[in-house]
Amino acid sequence: MESVGSFIAYVIIALVIVIFSVMAVTTRKILRAATYLLFVLFATAAVYFQLDYEFLGAVQIAVYAGGIVVLFVFAILLTSHPGNSEKKLESRKNVRALLLGVTMFVIAGISLAGRTESFLSRPEMSFIDMKSIGTALMGTGHGQYLLPFEAVSILLLACMIGGIVIARKK
Amino acid sequence: MEIPMICYLLLSLFMFCCGLYGFITRKNMIAMLISLELMLNGVDMNFVVFNRFLFPGSMEGMMFTLFAVAIAAAETALAIAIIVNVFRVAKDIDVQDLTTMKF
Repeated sequence: MESVGSFIAYVIIALVIVIFSVMAVTTRKILRAATYLLFVLFATAAVYFQLDYEFLGAVQIAVYAGGIVVLFVFAILLTSHPGNSEKKLESRKNVRALLLGVTMFVIAGISLAGRTESFLSRPEMSFIDMKSIGTALMGTGHGQYLLPFEAVSILLLACMIGGIVIARKK
Repeated sequence: MEIPMICYLLLSLFMFCCGLYGFITRKNMIAMLISLELMLNGVDMNFVVFNRFLFPGSMEGMMFTLFAVAIAAAETALAIAIIVNVFRVAKDIDVQDLTTMKF
């Protein structure tokens, strides 16, 4: 019974991702594209929840939906009038890009399908609690990530200063 | 009715291909950045799916995605600062019209 429920949840998530990622790249209004991107990011967080990575799903919602999409909306409202449509796309380039995307999907999909036949069900996994995530982020031993953690913190600091320097008024 | 691994992989592949299409066809810089986020998101999902199905005892893929999300936030913030600055100088963010680096 539980597996039927998770299958239905998967179908809903897959439909949301497919429909809204197509609409995000084809809609003519830029603000709508940002909104559809938000829906796709929520659906990705739902996939993380379904795969039992609760912390990652929460991070995805907090950082992407709460941070990045808000930045996008600010930038869109600063650089264009709401309701403005984009100019019509050049049709020949459009066809070529579509061909490239479909070809890549088919080739990579076929080669993936041939190699992942034996992975039909999720193996059992113990619940990942916050303590193990914290020790993995703060330790220096095998499978622990103190150095990347510090590197990311310096990167964020540099990005903050760089953003202020680039965007401030002369 | 277990969901096989290929279902999740095809989902993230579809997201990546949509991003690819959008990155080539869009002219607006912010729309291109949105397509880029789609591609990045598809790749992040791949890390998590491989971690869950192949190595359920460890959390390397999850940590990769965690750091990738942090770096994506930094990258987007900087890119948007640059785009706002370009708009202030050139009054336009259409990549076809931005033919000069001087201002």
